[in-house]
Amino acid sequence: MERYFQPEIECASREQIRAWQDERLVKTVAHVYKNVPYYRNMMKEKGVEPGDIQSVDDLHKLPFLTKDDLRDAYPYGLLAVPLADAVRIQSTSGTTGRRVVAFYTQHDIDLWDECCARAIVAAGGTKEDVVHVCYGYGLFTGGPGLNGGSHKVGSLTLPMSSGNTERQIQFMIDLESTILCCTPSYAAYLGETVHEMGLRDKIKLKAGIFGAEAWSEEMRRDIEKTLGIKAYDIYGLTEISGPGVSFECSEQTGMHINEDHFIAEIINPETGEVLPEGEKGELVFTSITKEAFPLLRYRTRDICVLTRKECSCGRTHVKMSKPMGRSDDMLIIKGVNVFPSQIETVLLNKGYQANYQIIVDRVNNSDTLDVQVEMTPEMFSDSVTEVSAKEKELVNALKAMLGIYAKVQLVAPKTIARSEGKAVRIIDKRKLY
Amino acid sequence: MTVKQISVFVENKPGRLAEFIDILSEHKIDMRAMSIAETQDFGILRIIVDNPEKAAEVIQNAHYVFSVTPVLAVAIPDEPGSLSEILHTLANHDISLEYTYAFITRQEKVAYMVFRVADNDKATKVLTDHNIKLATQEELFQI
Repeated sequence: MERYFQPEIECASREQIRAWQDERLVKTVAHVYKNVPYYRNMMKEKGVEPGDIQSVDDLHKLPFLTKDDLRDAYPYGLLAVPLADAVRIQSTSGTTGRRVVAFYTQHDIDLWDECCARAIVAAGGTKEDVVHVCYGYGLFTGGPGLNGGSHKVGSLTLPMSSGNTERQIQFMIDLESTILCCTPSYAAYLGETVHEMGLRDKIKLKAGIFGAEAWSEEMRRDIEKTLGIKAYDIYGLTEISGPGVSFECSEQTGMHINEDHFIAEIINPETGEVLPEGEKGELVFTSITKEAFPLLRYRTRDICVLTRKECSCGRTHVKMSKPMGRSDDMLIIKGVNVFPSQIETVLLNKGYQANYQIIVDRVNNSDTLDVQVEMTPEMFSDSVTEVSAKEKELVNALKAMLGIYAKVQLVAPKTIARSEGKAVRIIDKRKLY
Repeated sequence: MTVKQISVFVENKPGRLAEFIDILSEHKIDMRAMSIAETQDFGILRIIVDNPEKAAEVIQNAHYVFSVTPVLAVAIPDEPGSLSEILHTLANHDISLEYTYAFITRQEKVAYMVFRVADNDKATKVLTDHNIKLATQEELFQI
């Protein structure tokens, strides 16, 4: 039988959800207009006043917000409450050193935790469970989000954070973890390692909640088979709160968006026009319950489809498909957001020409990132030691910028494929979408 | 007294060395010595040719990344112990070798070794002081 964390909300009538959205949207618009000059200016520029927004029907009148706005407003420009009321910062990687930061009041964290709790209960979680969280903790929202959700459910929470696979498995066995939360590629890796170590019989896992990167149905079946679990998808982004913006139910045909907190729209990424339900386009979110960092019409750049078709799980909230692509050039590698411009910045800083190619692949269910750089006379030397040292220096600089390892491959000049005179910068060999 | 070594960046892929050598042969450039230092992804090809200026031009036009490095070419009598003596001489004067490789010519009873050191002048002085013969570029191709 399907279980819910907040049945009265998760299974509310469409009318009720709409009523919540209307009321909360009006309140949020008034809140940001009053407290955030950045929003006030944007709205004035578009000729919109808070009074023009009476219901969700008026949402399209508001200007869009993009990641560039978040960078421009860095660090405190979009904070909507006094600093004294904000209790938490989370962050996502950005380009050229400018990160995107999001703020939370205690109330914001409580609501975020509830969203994650809904996802855990939808995956079968109860207070009897041992929830093993090996998403990273820290600025990344994965760890803190699922950790908080697990607390709300009342499950015993294992704040493992990422890395040290053998220790992960040891704890998993000793403490009899039942629900695993991590990126799908790490779940796959854990699964393989458990098999290699011959410990499959000792694992008590029953479900997994996997997100922060795109994964295919094929990968889901792989993980379900190797770990003997049911694997659930979870979606979110730091800007909007973190994981738990939407989550999968037992039907596994899309993720329910927590519509009492977030209004979802699908737009044409070229024109900004709102598209009718069922059409593929860019996902846009408006957060309507946040105090510290409410975002109006934030463009996620994720391409997907929304459906309000009745779901067998009993939840009434709109479902989004797995993202089918991006409307910008951002890559998600090992759960980390990577922009080609970050790589370019490192190369230029280190004295290379911006002649590079990024090759992303998934080998044994784990993402790999190769950066091919054309050799230049400046960095060449007749000594292998010297060239290797420069290569190593570049690897370290990329790691510092991206937060993940990139293999640097030095290639001969003029060998990076060019199409119509422009180099093809990104080759993504993963079949994610 | 040094000779000009041309060092070329070559990717570690099938056919890359052949492509490069073809360019030299098309332009009738004669090679006297060759050595490759390789890593997993790339190699550094080191060659000594009869006409380094022409070779540099040809290689440049073919868009290779390369450098011209002055190295020492040391004549070594073809008898046991002669290399050992040279190496000890260098070591005694605290001269370390970055890399080295050997080649022979049509000349009988002598082999050559290329020495890449940090300070060519110092090494030249030490070797000539010990009556060890260094070859010039021209000598290598007259023999």
